Amino acid sequence: MNLTLKIWRQKGPKDKGQMVDYQVSDISEHMSFLEMMDVLNEELIARGEEPVAFDHDCREGICGMCSMFINGEAHGPDRGITTCQLHMRMFKDGDTITIEPFRAKAFPVIKDLVVDRSSFDRIQHAGGYISVNTSGNTQDANALPIAKEAADKAMDAATCIGCGACVATCKNASAMLFVGAKVSQYALLPQGQVEAADRVLAMVNQMDEEGFGNCTNTGACEIECPKGISLENIARMNSEFLKASLKG
Amino acid sequence: MAILDSKVPQGVPLKDKWTTYKDKINLVNPANKRLIDVIVVGTGLAGGSASATLAELGYNVKAFAYQDSPRRAHSIAAQGGINAAKNYQGDGDSFYRLFYDTVKGGDYRSREANVYRLAEVSANIIDQCVAQGVPFARDYGGLLDNRSFGGVLVSRTFYAKGQTGQQLLLGAYSAMNRQIARGKIEMFNRHEMLDIVIVDGKARGIIARNLVTGEIERHSAHAVVIASGGYGNVYFLSTNAMGSNATAAWKIHKKGAFFANPCYTQIHPTCIPRSGDYQSKLTLMSESLRNDGRIWVPKKMEDVLAIREGKLKPTQIEEEDRDYYLERRYPAFGNLVPRDVASRAAKERCDAGYGVNATGEAVYLDFKSAIERYGKEQAKIQGISNASKERITELGEKIVEAKYGNLFQMYEKIVDEDPYKTPMMIYPATHYTMGGIWVDYNLMTTIPGCYAIGEANFSDHGANRLGASALMQGLADGYFVLPYTIGDYLADDIRTGKISTDTKEFDEAEKSVRERIDFFINNKGEHSVDYYHKKLGKIMWEKCGMSRNEEGLKTAMSEIKALREDFWKNVTVPGGKDEMNPELEKAGRVADFLELGELFAKDALERNESCGGHFREESVELDGMQKGEAKRDDENYAYVAAWEYKGEPGDAVLHKEELEFKDIELKQRSYK
Repeated sequence: MNLTLKIWRQKGPKDKGQMVDYQVSDISEHMSFLEMMDVLNEELIARGEEPVAFDHDCREGICGMCSMFINGEAHGPDRGITTCQLHMRMFKDGDTITIEPFRAKAFPVIKDLVVDRSSFDRIQHAGGYISVNTSGNTQDANALPIAKEAADKAMDAATCIGCGACVATCKNASAMLFVGAKVSQYALLPQGQVEAADRVLAMVNQMDEEGFGNCTNTGACEIECPKGISLENIARMNSEFLKASLKG
Repeated sequence: MAILDSKVPQGVPLKDKWTTYKDKINLVNPANKRLIDVIVVGTGLAGGSASATLAELGYNVKAFAYQDSPRRAHSIAAQGGINAAKNYQGDGDSFYRLFYDTVKGGDYRSREANVYRLAEVSANIIDQCVAQGVPFARDYGGLLDNRSFGGVLVSRTFYAKGQTGQQLLLGAYSAMNRQIARGKIEMFNRHEMLDIVIVDGKARGIIARNLVTGEIERHSAHAVVIASGGYGNVYFLSTNAMGSNATAAWKIHKKGAFFANPCYTQIHPTCIPRSGDYQSKLTLMSESLRNDGRIWVPKKMEDVLAIREGKLKPTQIEEEDRDYYLERRYPAFGNLVPRDVASRAAKERCDAGYGVNATGEAVYLDFKSAIERYGKEQAKIQGISNASKERITELGEKIVEAKYGNLFQMYEKIVDEDPYKTPMMIYPATHYTMGGIWVDYNLMTTIPGCYAIGEANFSDHGANRLGASALMQGLADGYFVLPYTIGDYLADDIRTGKISTDTKEFDEAEKSVRERIDFFINNKGEHSVDYYHKKLGKIMWEKCGMSRNEEGLKTAMSEIKALREDFWKNVTVPGGKDEMNPELEKAGRVADFLELGELFAKDALERNESCGGHFREESVELDGMQKGEAKRDDENYAYVAAWEYKGEPGDAVLHKEELEFKDIELKQRSYK
């Protein structure tokens, strides 16, 4: 198929940036979206132009690196996937596709479609861990039975890949789904209880400091999340936060 | 330096070696640890866990990742699980049995003492990860659940759905975060190590490029740990992440670290088949699927052709017309034979013309009987009498979904077919590299003060890696082995003081890094980096892939050399050097692969035996029970091939570490 691509080009963080049109032809429906971008980039290099910078790595939907905003949707027009899992069979011959970076104050653009998501890391530094020594002198793992339901729920929350689709898709650029998932994982497990109150306060505080917006219960984040992280996690974080605030 | 000293403790029984060793090594007093800096390159399972533990111990850690966050390291993509000899299932597991399975599975090409240590600390890894909040699967009693994996007769694999690597990595990442918050780890994201700096014969720092600004930086330390993963991307198409590269490992090789067994590559049997030339990478489907999936191709050639033409669906082929070739050839292990055996058997069937997709490179992985079996079991559990066929299928699908749901979803997204309803198509692909930097028992390379851990080193897996053992080795090295052994070396460095970066050694290393970057930016040739990478990949897959022969390997060596020469004349790299430039990053990595590929072929040529994932066509069993199977040659090849760099890869000099097997009798592997 032949396609028109409208792509955000921005040389560096301080550059103004603009949409630029490109044509690609003979795109197979079996290609992934990123493979289509590879084809474009090879053509640009052959023409002596600079290829489009975009983030990607594992290309199997798990590293959370790829991050395009395609036709107004994070990771494009399919549910439950990342951009690398998006296939060209979702498009048809003659389509025009708009490709932009994830836009949020807390995700500054580095170049073209590449954004800086280190704010997510800093939220984790603030408390996204259990304070256990890594010396290996821990108790036997089965000495701490955990109900299957709790373990499964914690696993569901822990499935978050930190891609930032929730932020990109939220009208407030809120990170509540991401932070909610992290808080939930530890709140659901017995190991995380001791410092649960400090953790949620610190992480929420850091989230605010990074410039993420607030949650207004629109729920777009849940719909666009490639890993199906549920809004329940935001509710759990709010309740954990309330509990911790009252305690404090 | 020509003599390889494995430093395996002598005069103690195998099971006591690690304990005795730990009792005797030098320790660094906590106050002195604060005076010591350690650089860790790579922050996957091995580098992440090492960084966290070294920081926990009190060292100042500088950790480097080419991604934007340690959480994205490719360890995250490991699906199936992690082995540990906990014997929670009471099915007869023990340290010895895990050790035995690993040495045997590696075709007796790994170091006994290292593997025993790995088995010993494996149990501890699970305790550690659970304490960190890793949500492993549980049974209804709240205890940890286990499953079994290819090549093994006990259930010792711990898992977190099909995302075990992800959860273990996030565990290590969270441990790192705690140390970053404490200021004990200084994290350098989006940085790539481009050279090592050696002062007075010791590793004392690295030259790194900031991938955002292009700035070339000098970083010093008392020791350097390489945890940069494997080199599977030498094949261009592999299951590795796109950015996985060999640069850090290759750079230390060029500065004196011997590179061991480069030809040992694991070809993973259960990947999604290739669909076209544009393809950028291959996707693995966890091997755990082989617990419940049965592998087959049609028995009749007319069925194969009808399937390829779309006239027949696999579900329409009767049971008696299916060739469950693994169950037929290897009745003892069936669909759970080790990866190399499963891979070669698939290739054999496809080469014989029985491949079921358009390219003729695919076999079926079928869940129909598992769905039926689970469905019937569920009907019984739930007390549903006379359950209809549809109801049984529905119940069975639910169980299969709970076990492998994310994998099935991934498959459906890529192939656009529902694997619950129609068998998956799979084909082998390059996955894990067992070869890597040679290290001694301390995990130190032949450069004093330079260590290599995880997939970056050669140890533990021998010529083949069993399922669920990569995660185990990464975390064992990082959490429990290196943090001890490095202390033994650093104990001599407590009076050294801060290492200056303002020396001629740093000047020289930085200069050569800059020259290379300038070359790429200014060359303005006619071919892109990917053009060369794809060509290299094709040579590697065709001549250094699942099966190899002398003639092919010789041709590969000369073709790679010629390709490399052309690369240095005709490569083009757009963009500038003082900015984010993904093409420039790729150029440096492919330049290294173009050297490593030749050494790979040279090593394969030299090893005239079939072993592990490496099938040498000249070395095959001619008769008896094992007729047609790979033939290992213990008399002549029971050694580690460690290559010393001498300029051109073709001129590398071979050093042999003879392997001793005192506790295990070398036996032919038989899965019949």
